[in-house]
Amino acid sequence: MTAAQAEQNVSGEVMVELRNVNKWYGDFHVLKNINLKVTKGERIIICGPSGCGKSTLIRCMNRLEEHQKGDIIVSGITLDDDLKHIDTVRRDIGMVFQQFNLFPHLTVMENCCLAPIWVQKKPKKEALAIAKQYLERVQIADQADKFPGQLSGGQQQRVAIARSLCMNPSIMLFDEPTSALDPEMIKEVLDVMVDLAREGMTMLCVTHEMGFAKTVANRVLFMDAGEIIEENEPNEFFDNPQSDRTKLFLSQIL
Amino acid sequence: MTVHVTSPSPSLPPPSSSVGVVGWLRKNLFSSVVNSIFTLAGLYLLYTLVPPAVNWALFQADWIGTTRDACTSDGACWVFVGVRIKQFLFGFYPPSEYWRVVTAFSLIGLLVAWLLIDRTPKKSLVGAFTIFCYPVIAYFLFYGGAFGLPVVETYKWGGLMLTLILATTGMFFSFPIGIVLALGRRSSMPIAKSISVVFIEFWRGVPLITVLFMSSVMLPMFIPENMQIDKLLRAMIGIIFFQSAYMAEVVRGGLQAIPRGQNEAAEALGLSYWKSTGLIVLPQALKLVIPGIVNTFIALFKDTTLVLIIGLFDLLAVVQAAFADPKWLGFSVEGYVFVASVYWVSCFSMSRYSQHLEKKLHTGHAR
Repeated sequence: MTAAQAEQNVSGEVMVELRNVNKWYGDFHVLKNINLKVTKGERIIICGPSGCGKSTLIRCMNRLEEHQKGDIIVSGITLDDDLKHIDTVRRDIGMVFQQFNLFPHLTVMENCCLAPIWVQKKPKKEALAIAKQYLERVQIADQADKFPGQLSGGQQQRVAIARSLCMNPSIMLFDEPTSALDPEMIKEVLDVMVDLAREGMTMLCVTHEMGFAKTVANRVLFMDAGEIIEENEPNEFFDNPQSDRTKLFLSQIL
Repeated sequence: MTVHVTSPSPSLPPPSSSVGVVGWLRKNLFSSVVNSIFTLAGLYLLYTLVPPAVNWALFQADWIGTTRDACTSDGACWVFVGVRIKQFLFGFYPPSEYWRVVTAFSLIGLLVAWLLIDRTPKKSLVGAFTIFCYPVIAYFLFYGGAFGLPVVETYKWGGLMLTLILATTGMFFSFPIGIVLALGRRSSMPIAKSISVVFIEFWRGVPLITVLFMSSVMLPMFIPENMQIDKLLRAMIGIIFFQSAYMAEVVRGGLQAIPRGQNEAAEALGLSYWKSTGLIVLPQALKLVIPGIVNTFIALFKDTTLVLIIGLFDLLAVVQAAFADPKWLGFSVEGYVFVASVYWVSCFSMSRYSQHLEKKLHTGHAR
């Protein structure tokens, strides 16, 4: 599928909407008046210097972090203190972490089946079939009976992606998915993510992999000090940055 | 100058002086002059202590007989233990009802073996039976009062039987209570948290002897005559609460060692608090603290001997009481050795099983 075809998957349906979102850690104002709309099928890359709030931003979208002001609406559901809302949103959003966070006491297969069985109440057989399908898709089905500790970092991260996909989410959040990997393993994980993007998954990805951003992203957001400073389509963003802070950042990472 | 390596170097075997028996001896026993001296001194010490002890306990010991006249040799007089063994095992339980105790212990032995041995089917069913049905069965077997079984009052219970009852009920209840307290102490809910903290700190702050003494002497003074609770039950509750507090801190240590990311991953998948605790956090935390849990169990097992100060006749107390028998004066060493070996065998088995369990549950996740 070409980029142009992938573009057609983007429809007008709003999947995630943030309105004037503010968050503080104690006195520290980590997110300042964030406004963002993510439509179905969009792939958004979020980058910015360390501590700028980019991870916090996507962690607010499935309420791993609580925001104090503003509204976050995911698939039409407003995230508030209502546990039912949080539950529903979490079933619809998959998340991939920098440190993989696989469950080390369970096999790869059990890692993938856990949520379908215990959250979606699927019969064990069906859950196994789903898990097998996604493990094949990330090309790791042959390791299904191993424990995470026996796999390489890249393999673990691919399992983590498969584990999220087993819940059949409509949005995927990636929090620096390749930052903890050895250089030779980054590509295998990015390939899986590119695949996912081509199939039209709505994705929000915190990453500094600029090649990846250029390949799949519709939009790149640059954050600094808790604000979205600049927002552009990838080529324009990298070749023709507008603000000084963006220019400085790009000069440091490229 | 550049170095060109065309093929990988072959792996060579280590030098012969570092492997095999000679290598082992050299490395572990005779690595320096000082170590060699210590090794020789240690060997001499073993030579002077072990053979006499073994001679006394086994080769020169008297095993058969019914009175002290049977003990003619220099060694141990196990006849004393043999004659008294029923009392050591059952206390003052009526001999006609011994079969009830034997049945109850055989049943739990069978159930526990079924659960602990790796390749047995239907573990969850047997586990549920052990947890929910066995305590009821055991209660009626030990105490009676139903199904035509005559009541045996708890003051007649004693010996090893009492020790095992106190220890197993202690472990059975203190483990889950400890887990709940540990979770409570880490909870973000202020009431659950403060209740747990107060409970743990209170019970951990008082000696077990005080707890037992309070439960047996002080408590009855505050409770009206017709509402008195059985003395054994009071001691049991004291032991359970006391050990729960320790267990809670052991489990909390394990909970704290689990990275936050585990919880976050579980939450992100939509698992509720109880599911992520039960399926993700606790299995890992408990596995980490198996040594601590078994340590607490062993301490609990041995601490049951303290009940002798409130007049319950556990194994140690029964054996000590037998020393006072005028027909058998002077055999306290045999008595104590017998008690010590019963405790040692039990505690050592627990320790070995825990090591087996640690190995079995190891999934190579250490990074």
